[in-house]
Amino acid sequence: MQYMLQMTYRPEDNTEEGTPEYEAEMRRWNALNEELKAAGHYIGASGLTLDATTVRKTADGDVTVTDGPYAETKEVLFSFYLLDVPDLDAAIAVAAKTPASEYGSVDIRPLVGFEPA
Amino acid sequence: MSAAAGALERAYRHERAAVLATVTRRLDGDLALAEDAVQDAFVAAAVDWDRRGAPERPGAWLTTTAWRKALDRLRHERVAAAHAPELAGREGTVSYDLDYDASSLDDDQLRMLFTCCHPALSAEARMALTLRSVAGLTVPEIARAFLSTESAMERRLGRARRKVTTAGIPFRTPPDDLLPERLAGVLRVVYLIYTEGHSATRGAAALRGDLCEEAIRLARLLVRLMPDESEVRGLLALLLLTDARRAARVDAAGALVALPEQDRTRWDAGRIEEGRGLIRGKPGPYLIQAAIAALHSEAPTWEATDWPQIAALYAELERRDASPVVTVNRAVAVGFAEGPAAGLAILDAVAGDERLARYQPLHAARAELLRTAGDVDAADAAYARAIALAGNAAEREALERRRAG
Repeated sequence: MQYMLQMTYRPEDNTEEGTPEYEAEMRRWNALNEELKAAGHYIGASGLTLDATTVRKTADGDVTVTDGPYAETKEVLFSFYLLDVPDLDAAIAVAAKTPASEYGSVDIRPLVGFEPA
Repeated sequence: MSAAAGALERAYRHERAAVLATVTRRLDGDLALAEDAVQDAFVAAAVDWDRRGAPERPGAWLTTTAWRKALDRLRHERVAAAHAPELAGREGTVSYDLDYDASSLDDDQLRMLFTCCHPALSAEARMALTLRSVAGLTVPEIARAFLSTESAMERRLGRARRKVTTAGIPFRTPPDDLLPERLAGVLRVVYLIYTEGHSATRGAAALRGDLCEEAIRLARLLVRLMPDESEVRGLLALLLLTDARRAARVDAAGALVALPEQDRTRWDAGRIEEGRGLIRGKPGPYLIQAAIAALHSEAPTWEATDWPQIAALYAELERRDASPVVTVNRAVAVGFAEGPAAGLAILDAVAGDERLARYQPLHAARAELLRTAGDVDAADAAYARAIALAGNAAEREALERRRAG
């Protein structure tokens, strides 16, 4: 099964870069990445900046570009994993290891077309 | 009813869950497909058994037929391309008996229970799915029990089954590191099914009381499947000891009767004896609650109850899993064991908690303790507060009777 783990948090809860807490958190993310790669579970992962740009096409075919949604107080997607693991319990175990599960939340979404045979 | 129709009805009632569990495992946990295939098999049985008579082993016949129906469905789906080579190979080796022996049936039933009670499903979905796929209730029966419509219940079940499949909820008994947490979840679902039936209001009481019986049946099944888990025995003991009082909970006019006023001669001695016989082993929340219920069952009257022992058991429960319900019950027990002042002191200590300000049982317990202590005015005020917070008419009437009495 392939899953996307979507990690959200409130930007105000962000750990500030350069602090010892930030360094400690980064070490945990790196350790988790290495563990997932060694187990063959890792497809991809990345953090996301919050500077989004929104694109829509109108009925006339005109492309409109606007500054993306940004809300200080709302939970926003800030990072994701793409995983290949045996089942939902395995995905839950990874989600529970992420620092994000402590200060934010992790949504597990199965990828379409990768249902068990 | 013809012999074939009788056999079909018996198979639906007693073998459907086992057939479903076996087929689900063979389909690697695809509960949605397994459910459809088992339904197909029963439709086929209605025709075939009527014509040729019921087979010698209906469960084996249904399992094999459901498996073939599942393969048919897979072939007809567009995604069959991905599945077909592997399944075609398996189909060739399918024997008439298809794993239909007692030991694997038990394992499959247990897997089905853990799958239906997976925490990724909503509490309502877990209860409905367990009643359908493990207890074998029909959709109309479940809909009536939850005061829902048949189509709404069918949708809820369909959505839950789809999630089992698409989210990749594994069809298995959890490994040791997950087992305590997941088993607690299964016990919780069975307990909630019981309380759904137990808290039934007057009009629906007859329909929903069936849920109490189903919950006890599920708890019995769990005890058979996991005989070494003391909390599993604890749950069955708690349900039996609680259910022993069911007849005494309602008076001739249909009103609820609280434990202190119940006619104890109407308690079910058989259930009490069976429940008490199960209380042994490592204590956990269910076993402790069962022990409390057992002490009530032994007491000739409310006043002559072993309150010091009950207070100690509630203290142990509070230490493990604090909740307002437990604190209020402990205060009542301590009030009887050591006098109303000691009970009131426990309630006063939590009275500042805002979440409890609107908790009706706390005010009712305070009222009783204050009255015993002789503080008539404060007791009356506490009754008034409890009555204002009562959730339904039966509760309100019971409190008004206590206030006047």
